[in-house]
Amino acid sequence: MSKITIIDYGMGNVFSVARAFEHCGAETLLTDKPNEILSASHLVLPGVGAFADGMKELNKRSLPAVIKEFVSSNKPFIGICLGMQMLFDNTEEFGIHEGLGIIQGCVIAIPSKKIDGNLRKVPHIGWNKVVVDSNFQGKEPIFNSLDDSFYSYFVHSFTAIPSNPKNLLANCDYQGFSVTAAVKQNNVYGCQFHPEKSGETGLSIIRNFIALNS
Amino acid sequence: MARLIARLDIKGPNLIKGVHLEGLRVIGDPQLFAQKYYNDGADELIYMDSVASLYGRNNLVEIVKHTAQNIFIPLTVGGGVRSVEDATQLLRSGADKVAVNTACVANPSLINDLANRFGSQCVVLSVEAKKTSHGKWEAYTDNGREKTGKDVLNWVLEAVERGAGEVLLTSVDKEGTKKGFDVELVKTITGKISVPVIASGGMGQISHIFEVLQNGGADAVALANVLHYDTQPLKLIRKELSAKYPLMRPVS
Repeated sequence: MSKITIIDYGMGNVFSVARAFEHCGAETLLTDKPNEILSASHLVLPGVGAFADGMKELNKRSLPAVIKEFVSSNKPFIGICLGMQMLFDNTEEFGIHEGLGIIQGCVIAIPSKKIDGNLRKVPHIGWNKVVVDSNFQGKEPIFNSLDDSFYSYFVHSFTAIPSNPKNLLANCDYQGFSVTAAVKQNNVYGCQFHPEKSGETGLSIIRNFIALNS
Repeated sequence: MARLIARLDIKGPNLIKGVHLEGLRVIGDPQLFAQKYYNDGADELIYMDSVASLYGRNNLVEIVKHTAQNIFIPLTVGGGVRSVEDATQLLRSGADKVAVNTACVANPSLINDLANRFGSQCVVLSVEAKKTSHGKWEAYTDNGREKTGKDVLNWVLEAVERGAGEVLLTSVDKEGTKKGFDVELVKTITGKISVPVIASGGMGQISHIFEVLQNGGADAVALANVLHYDTQPLKLIRKELSAKYPLMRPVS
């Protein structure tokens, strides 16, 4: 049975994430211990909340260096929601804050005004259509068994902007603004939506992640 | 994208349903209903412990823990949330958002505290609205029993300013009547705030949902009776609505 290690750093819905992985047949370990994180076969960084708070909690546990070391091992890693945003260099959320700097780019607020001047509702809450980038369509293992577009559940006010378009795995149109839905850099994945809350579609992504490297 | 939300009102271990939030009847085990709605493609679930405030206790944690086991869509839980600690307990049990009403009427700064701790996306303001005069509604608590003296629009504006990220707007007048949502109420609120509004109370026919989305500007609808008694199954609602209203998630 695959064992999935989930970083428990006091931010967000670790239990829902763990439950979804268990439902998909994996054993899970919730931990913030560096040795347990480094010895993981698959690592998940979940997170709901503010970027600065998330980084503060990671720093408090000296985890940024540990996560970077894990990532350099080429073993599968996925950041979910805030866990994806923190992979980037920095954010403008409540001031400028540094992220993990694993994927180049920044995290910006979803503009609250549309091009036509009308208001866009922020946070972006609810189901929306994720479209896999044309470079990855039909060949990305994490989207095995899914179509090139599928519906997932989003809850966020900020979005990551990768500097290198090659990192853009999927996007999502939110009232005329393109939100980064998923990113990839080698063994590192990030998704803005919540696979653990996206019904059977989300569970497929979780199963595909578990199947990586095994 | 408009959401179809199954709303389950809970009393003790049972799923219940009333009319105008009163005359409550036991329907069954909430776990079974929640699982069915998940399988039928509900976009979200809402659990409300209808008597938690009344008796000053919070018995939802166990039910939430049990339910969240096999349901992989967002779950909002409300009823008896009086503190950041209560909310923490529910969120750690599997809830994704907490709905607050009574405690925040007495202590509005609880909304700020919850939003600061968990983020606005986690905080749903639950409002029970009763019409008082043309274009005016008063906010109630404890299942439409207690007046608050607060004007619904002003209260919602204040709560959003304090950090509420979503509003569950229940019309006490329409609740359980199957006569349709209070479109005028919903429109009054959606026109003034930028956070999503969930219309609740009054669903009888599929056309009622279309009305409140199209004319009321609702972002989501909460469905209870029609689902619990299976008079309008969720799959049928989605299918019929999708034909008229393109902003629905397709579910196979």
